Amino acid sequence: MTVALQCACVQAPKPLYLWENFPRQQYDTLLLNGAGSEEQIRALQAHAEKARAAGAALPPGFRAHLGMLELAAGNASEARALWLAEKASFPESGPYMDRLLKRLDKPSNTESPA
Amino acid sequence: MKTSLASRLFPIATLAALAAGCATPPAPVDYSAFIQARPTSLLVLPPLNDAPDIKGTPAVWAHSTRPLAEAGYYVLPVTLVDETFRQNGVTMAADAQDVSTTRLREFFGADAAVYLRVKQYGTSYAVLASETKVVVEARIVDLRSGQLLWQGQGAASSAEQSGGHQGGLIGMLVAAAIKQVIGTATDAAFNFAGTANARLLGAPRPNGILPGPRSPLHGQPPQTAR
Repeated sequence: MTVALQCACVQAPKPLYLWENFPRQQYDTLLLNGAGSEEQIRALQAHAEKARAAGAALPPGFRAHLGMLELAAGNASEARALWLAEKASFPESGPYMDRLLKRLDKPSNTESPA
Repeated sequence: MKTSLASRLFPIATLAALAAGCATPPAPVDYSAFIQARPTSLLVLPPLNDAPDIKGTPAVWAHSTRPLAEAGYYVLPVTLVDETFRQNGVTMAADAQDVSTTRLREFFGADAAVYLRVKQYGTSYAVLASETKVVVEARIVDLRSGQLLWQGQGAASSAEQSGGHQGGLIGMLVAAAIKQVIGTATDAAFNFAGTANARLLGAPRPNGILPGPRSPLHGQPPQTAR
């Protein structure tokens, strides 16, 4: 195990993103059916601050995920800012973020994907 | 006494090592559709789960973003995708995976969808040793053409020898997942799901997915299994 870890450290290229506990936090949120958690919001905000200080990039979906938690906690304007930030950082997210932003304007929009 | 015990145990150990490390080499993958499609964004659909532990779906889903993002793709946030499906009455993974590619493209705007199936997830307890194992299958389908771009399988098991020298990005992802295992036996399957997914969805890997546009390795020729 030690050998494998050392090899990985020597040869690994620089990761594209700072991950911290993001996979675990996504898991926790999936288990709770998307229910917000103040504790996770604070942890993600600390993660974002750490990335900013280190000049590291936040992972795809990070801002969008945090936006969802903010919305669940009643902070719609925070959610909007974070979804716009997701779109600015990853233009590939544009069509989906636009759909989510539209839903903020019209909360009754329940067009079915099926 | 000693000899008979050893001779009884040894074949079992050998078989386990063979099963873990020396699978039949896979047939060469045809990358022409993948290269032509050039997907930039991936929608990972909720994984189907064949395992008795229902946490197989959220665990494998949550671990899908990191390897695919580090491979150079934009990955739609799985927690929001989950919410979007639920708000529209789609609560089962099988129903989500049945939605047409046209409709998925329209709704999520992703170039391709990743269809995952959890074949094994959890710990089997035996008298001599318990084994935690996660096996995941994946298909990537272009949402613009409906064409299959790639498919593969990844696994991770507590029964593996730790001698596999996995360098590069995958080594790093695997090492990160292994590091999490140390000291947390209670949630072992979750961490092995991270390793299985790093092997399945990381790039570059022999017969694996091609590095995406955000990867410095984007555009390099595919690695084929020898």
